[in-house]
Amino acid sequence: MTGRLGVGAHGAARTLAEHQRQHGPLPAVDGPRRGEPGGLADEVERAGLRGRGGGWFPTHLKLRAVVASAHDTGPLRRSRKPVVIANGMEGEPASGKDAALLASSPHLVLDGISLAARTVGATDAFIAVHRGSSLVDGLQAAIDERDAVGMDDVAIRLVTPPARYVASEESALSHWVGDGVATPVFPDRPFQRGAAGRPTLVQNVETLAHLALIARHGSAWFASVGAPSAPGTTLVTVGGAVARPGVVEAPTGTSVHDLVAAAGGATAPIRGYLTGGYGGAWVPADGFDAITWDPESVRDAGGVIGASVLWALDQGACPLEELARVTAWMAGESAGQCGPCMFGLPALSEDVRALAWRTTDDAGMKQLAERVRLVSGRGGCKHPDGTARFVATGLEAFPDEVALHLDGRCSVAGQRPVHAVGLPVPPTRIPALDTQGRQYS
Amino acid sequence: MSTLHLDPIRCAGRGLCHEAAPELIELDEWGYPLLPGGTLRAEIGPDERAAARAATDACPVLALHIERSARRALA
Repeated sequence: MTGRLGVGAHGAARTLAEHQRQHGPLPAVDGPRRGEPGGLADEVERAGLRGRGGGWFPTHLKLRAVVASAHDTGPLRRSRKPVVIANGMEGEPASGKDAALLASSPHLVLDGISLAARTVGATDAFIAVHRGSSLVDGLQAAIDERDAVGMDDVAIRLVTPPARYVASEESALSHWVGDGVATPVFPDRPFQRGAAGRPTLVQNVETLAHLALIARHGSAWFASVGAPSAPGTTLVTVGGAVARPGVVEAPTGTSVHDLVAAAGGATAPIRGYLTGGYGGAWVPADGFDAITWDPESVRDAGGVIGASVLWALDQGACPLEELARVTAWMAGESAGQCGPCMFGLPALSEDVRALAWRTTDDAGMKQLAERVRLVSGRGGCKHPDGTARFVATGLEAFPDEVALHLDGRCSVAGQRPVHAVGLPVPPTRIPALDTQGRQYS
Repeated sequence: MSTLHLDPIRCAGRGLCHEAAPELIELDEWGYPLLPGGTLRAEIGPDERAAARAATDACPVLALHIERSARRALA
């Protein structure tokens, strides 16, 4: 597999000198003019770069939106210089790609921040990793190396918001940088009114690393590999029942079969995959190996590429037990701002738990389906929608297991030892505490 | 034609919108408003205009607002 981003191959983080020996100095790029970003935005558009944080939104459109928003000063002619935030929060427990990238190639990401800041005319730039992350010291050392030689127009500051699932959401991140509260904001998007009301560019760290390579090697080089709809390479976190779970860099459009093979192959018969993460979607294993890993192909196959998580569930695991454990955790990760999320997710979690424990019936399943509907599309962010989709696709992907459980049985329990590889679930929080904002500041 | 918008973060689930306009706004099992269509925005026809106004006026936390088509064109 090609390794443009240098993940894992190196061991320790590359120093600034090592980074520049490999990639050359930071390219000079121009800044915005008359409401249009610098020329790098055009190169990014030609490259077809799409955001690797989960949304796969065209990166050049975000660059343009931020500059247009800053240019529109309004009747008070208030200056609103843009802010750039690199999102390395990686709230998805099943994802490890951003941490792997920052651990190996911090300067590639920092180059991307510097270039993006120049391109949109930002006067403040941040990189965010979650509080308590093992990446903090290495990143600060990398930033200090750059500050010592004064290579960035805008000094990059490291910030550490609380390690909460929704704190990774882009409006929550800009809320934290501006006001010190890591909760999602509604309805303004960061490019309109972000940190401290300023137009804010929030980009995933992997996206910025690709941007730094495009600035050096050009769009044709970038798009020489990968699926035409989403060119380039992408980091994929391959986990679950595989021999070497970890982060793989592969061209978009690589088959699921090849991604699993790159992680050492399956260690047991695969029953299904979780795609995208805990806000993603389950798919049955049947036929999914042939699907290619790009946003549209994965979506058409019933999955969600999201933050590029591919997690293999083996036959020895009960999918409904996995659903119940993760849904309970997701309910606890509600910021407690919107009623349908704050009350709906714990209620939905109870319905899923009753199914996993085989204490539900048809009426319980009807209630579960109703609550999936009730929590969807009614939040200030997509946390409830993602959780609902996680549950709904899980039930669709494993209908045989649902039928067994409704009959008081389970394909796994009592027959084999408990499966070896369950989805990683951090300790559950108490959402009631969050209404005071205490866990978000 | 106009659009009724609900800000779910402002909404505190007091339920006054439902009391003011039960024909337009239902409450879910937790007491939070359900607009027609079940999302955060609903197209409001001329017949529903008065009810939408009553619900909006009743909200003590200003979580509802009506966006008129003409005003949208100016924005």
